[in-house]
Amino acid sequence: MALTIVSQIFPREMIPAVLPLIEDKLQHSKEIIRRKAVQALYKFYLIAPNQVQHIHDKFRKALCDRDAGVMAASLHIYLQMIKENSSGYKDLTGSFVTILKQVVGGKLPIDFNYHSVPAPWLQIQLLRILGLLGKNDPRTSELMYDVLDESLRRAEINHNITYAILFECVQTIYTIHPKSELLEKAAKCIGKFVLSPKINLKYLGLKALTYVIQQDPNLALQHQMTIIECLDHPDPIIKRETLELLYRITNGQNVVVIVQKMLDYLKESKEEYAIINLVGKIAELAEKYAPDDEWFIQTMNAVFSVGGDVVHPDIPNNFLRLLAEGKVCIVFCLGFDDGKGDDQLRIYAVQSYLALLEEEDALYPQKLLQVMSWVLGEYSSLITDVDPEVILTKLHSLLKKTCVTSETKAWIMAAVTKIASRTSCSKTVDKLIQEFSNSLETYMRQYVFELKHLCENKVLMKKFLPFDASCNDMVVDASLSFLDGFVAEGLGRGAAPYKPHHQRQEEKLSQEKALNFEPYGLSFASSVSSSGITGRQSPTVLSFGSDTSGNSAETGHKETNTLKLEGVRKLWGKEGYLPKKENKVGKENEPQTVACGSLLAGQVGDPPALRSEQVAILSEEDKEKQQLASTLFIGLGSNAGVSLMGKADTSTQKFKRKSKINETQNIEEASDFQNAAASDFGPLLDTVPINMEDCEGNLHTRLRKASLCSSDIVEDNLAFETPQALKKSGLDQRLSDSRLSQSSLFADSNIEIFQPPPSAQCESASKTPLVPSLPEELKELTHSEVVELCQNDALALYLCKVWTDDSLLLTVFVSNKTISALSAVNLVFEEAEHFQILESPSYQFPVIEARSVEHCQKCVWMDKICTQGVLSGSLNFQSEMETHLEFSVTLSLLDFIRPMEMTTEDFGNLWLSLSNDVKQNIKMSSSQDSLSAALNTLQQKLKLHIVDIIGNEGILACQLLPSVPCLLHCRTHSGMLALWFRSPCSALPDGLLYQCQKVMEES
Amino acid sequence: MIKFFLMVNKQGQTRLSRYYEHVEINKRAMLEAEVIKNCLSRSKDQCSFIEYKDFKLVYRQYAALFVVVGINETENEMAVYELIHNFVEVLDKYFSRVIMFNLDRVHIILDEMVLNGCIVETNRSRILAPLFVLDKVVES
Repeated sequence: MALTIVSQIFPREMIPAVLPLIEDKLQHSKEIIRRKAVQALYKFYLIAPNQVQHIHDKFRKALCDRDAGVMAASLHIYLQMIKENSSGYKDLTGSFVTILKQVVGGKLPIDFNYHSVPAPWLQIQLLRILGLLGKNDPRTSELMYDVLDESLRRAEINHNITYAILFECVQTIYTIHPKSELLEKAAKCIGKFVLSPKINLKYLGLKALTYVIQQDPNLALQHQMTIIECLDHPDPIIKRETLELLYRITNGQNVVVIVQKMLDYLKESKEEYAIINLVGKIAELAEKYAPDDEWFIQTMNAVFSVGGDVVHPDIPNNFLRLLAEGKVCIVFCLGFDDGKGDDQLRIYAVQSYLALLEEEDALYPQKLLQVMSWVLGEYSSLITDVDPEVILTKLHSLLKKTCVTSETKAWIMAAVTKIASRTSCSKTVDKLIQEFSNSLETYMRQYVFELKHLCENKVLMKKFLPFDASCNDMVVDASLSFLDGFVAEGLGRGAAPYKPHHQRQEEKLSQEKALNFEPYGLSFASSVSSSGITGRQSPTVLSFGSDTSGNSAETGHKETNTLKLEGVRKLWGKEGYLPKKENKVGKENEPQTVACGSLLAGQVGDPPALRSEQVAILSEEDKEKQQLASTLFIGLGSNAGVSLMGKADTSTQKFKRKSKINETQNIEEASDFQNAAASDFGPLLDTVPINMEDCEGNLHTRLRKASLCSSDIVEDNLAFETPQALKKSGLDQRLSDSRLSQSSLFADSNIEIFQPPPSAQCESASKTPLVPSLPEELKELTHSEVVELCQNDALALYLCKVWTDDSLLLTVFVSNKTISALSAVNLVFEEAEHFQILESPSYQFPVIEARSVEHCQKCVWMDKICTQGVLSGSLNFQSEMETHLEFSVTLSLLDFIRPMEMTTEDFGNLWLSLSNDVKQNIKMSSSQDSLSAALNTLQQKLKLHIVDIIGNEGILACQLLPSVPCLLHCRTHSGMLALWFRSPCSALPDGLLYQCQKVMEES
Repeated sequence: MIKFFLMVNKQGQTRLSRYYEHVEINKRAMLEAEVIKNCLSRSKDQCSFIEYKDFKLVYRQYAALFVVVGINETENEMAVYELIHNFVEVLDKYFSRVIMFNLDRVHIILDEMVLNGCIVETNRSRILAPLFVLDKVVES
């Protein structure tokens, strides 16, 4: 009974205390006790896999237990372990197959039978394990073909439970490396399921078909009549499963019908979760396969109106982006002029929304309204026969409705502003301005105010809201290179060169009389613009043209810059490149301040000239921003409006950017699927009455479809590359920063921080013979022997671990065995779950001379604690043909453990501050009966530092790189060594304890 | 994996519930109510598997009693469907048709069969073995 409790509720902290007891119970004579013990261990494995890894061989023993119950219990552990790492247990395949054979063959005691089927759940469990093991592995799969065949044959009794087994069998057969005979049999099985009159079996059949169809779409053709029947089935669950199936086989030809069916279902269903799910799928299909614009728009409208406000925010965003880029029709308008296709799409969209708005009292979901207002705002001018006034009136009436949320109102207002920019003068706009300028909601007032000012200055407005700029302004120069000219100019005028933020802080700390730079320029700028909001003319702008003109121009200018930066910064912040932003802000502010200072100091600056210069620098890059800059100097009244609009626009930009990235990801995911769909597939629903003619037609369309898809995919790839490149540059930037900061820190004090190996070192090649040896500077450090990782005819790869004080240095030697030089050899480490490679995970050897060895070094840290992990990578090079060499390195926890020196006093303090502790008693062998002997073993083998020994107690300390301490307290009593670990990290003591046990057992 | 195991009567009252994944106590009642509503609304000729939110429900009706099991994607519906029947057969054997008076016993049986969301024992005699021992202790 206690064991049952253990396996149900158990705190992980208590495991070490109970574990030995349970291990004892594994040898108990009663099967039920053994079984419970295994179950308890399974629970332990679930909550703390680290703590039971030393008893893996005991699991094996349980697997071979003479009692079936114990064996069955151990299967749960294996299923879990194999799920996590299938490659480690391939050797057990044979055992599992034998067990399954015995079970299927009825070798178990009769009481395991359930309705005369031998241990069905056990069979299912085994089949699942086999499926995991045989996945993508022909050799392992080979072993199980026989037994799977037998299971299929045996399970022919007409009972529910045998169907369950069959289902699992089919799934396994389609998961492992395929064998045609078995596939045939499995397909027949599925046929039986689908055709069964029993509804539960039908469901199972559909589910199996959905799974199978991803490998073999032809199967769907065989069952198409049944599928269509299921589609009209009264049971919504069956319907839903069928739709899921159809979703997987959608292509360009059948999309219209399938989406129609989905929409029908969508209208009927009420459950929110199902709606969200389905809406996402429809939108995805519509975007991917839309046959024409009209249909696409209509479908999307239906999605928004039915889906209402629960639709995922990405869907409207994607939709708008597609509209803006006119991408939908690219595939279908190849014959036509591209631009024309875009416009048609847009015109159609505008018309459909106008039609929707015609209906006076219709209630639309907020999302749809938002989409509507955006489209109308952007593209309504494409339609010449509708008076903008009419549209404005409609939007106006929408604004007055109470059901519209504030977010939607903001969208509508933006649309109104855009339309107003294109019409000369509108009564509705004036009315609207009047009405809302005393609105209670601040944002509305703000919008109206902006609108008002823009209306007063039409020229500016036209420039500021260029038509169809929604995609154009997405190009944002990430590196702000358009400001390089300005920076250079600043330098030329004697300004200090740009220094990274932290360096400046450093300076500031060291010398009080530092430059009067402005780290908080941002807040200053915003205060200026906020004073603009209130409508007062800001003092700086008033003084324009007076004696202090230089100053004011500078201030004003700074404002533009900061605003601009704000835009950029927001973009980056959203994507997670915050470290960069700081520098950038600093970069812009500093030279200006310096320039400003110098101007004040007496240099006569000609403000208009300065202004135009700056404008010129900026102009090529961003029209809109240029506009912003110049307006700040020209129109005093429009100042507030413009600066605000600048902000508003950045936010839309941000949103577009984000949606784009999402989209890219979506497409990435989808492209595989698209590939599969394109490979070979005939239309399904269109061809219910199949005839020869159709088949012929199919062939053609199929070919065309395939080519279209491939071009699409190329495009997608291109799109995907861009963010990556951006990311890379961001990374580089960060890297160089960290290096800079490091050098400056080192100059000041001796604080130890992590030191990436200078990359110059990597490049220095040791022109030694083929047997690699460590470079001199590393030889003095402790290091492992040089081991060979892998080799082929041309290359051999060697590895040496160097344990430096602050990291694990992996030195990889590549030796060229051929007589010709190899160039562009690429070494790439794959991303590993547990490890983190400092700097970049790849390295390129520019050239490796004939019969010589090159080496490179990588610093590695342990990111997630594990006792042992594998870091794998590959080597690519070009000789006669592209060659690819894979290798893997096993790294253990000990590679990352370093002694930590401290005094007994420090130890005491630290001990009290740490919370995670683990205690364990281990037996001491006779060779190390004294405490000091035991501690010495630990010190030598585990690189622990002995802090102190007091009587029969000893304290040790170590740290996991980079700086996670772990303290150990040892005490001996009667042949036992009591270990007590404490660390701020919970997994570390477990891992160390395991190492200690291993070491003590070995010695 | 099995997420929860419910026994409900036709009036929608929960007779037994066991969760294998943490669900907040106050959310349990709501979840149960919705699950039951879903099951009750279905007729006999409809499929016994329901997709509900991100998991699936497998239910089986015995006279006025519903047994509902919530499972995730990886579980085999039919196997669970039969597990329910197996469970009922075991109850039947132990209680000989008087079920709901000894709720603790039902719990013990269930715990023998399902553990941490896994089916661990389906052998009828073995499921009941510990219970018989327990009964003997009580008697003596």
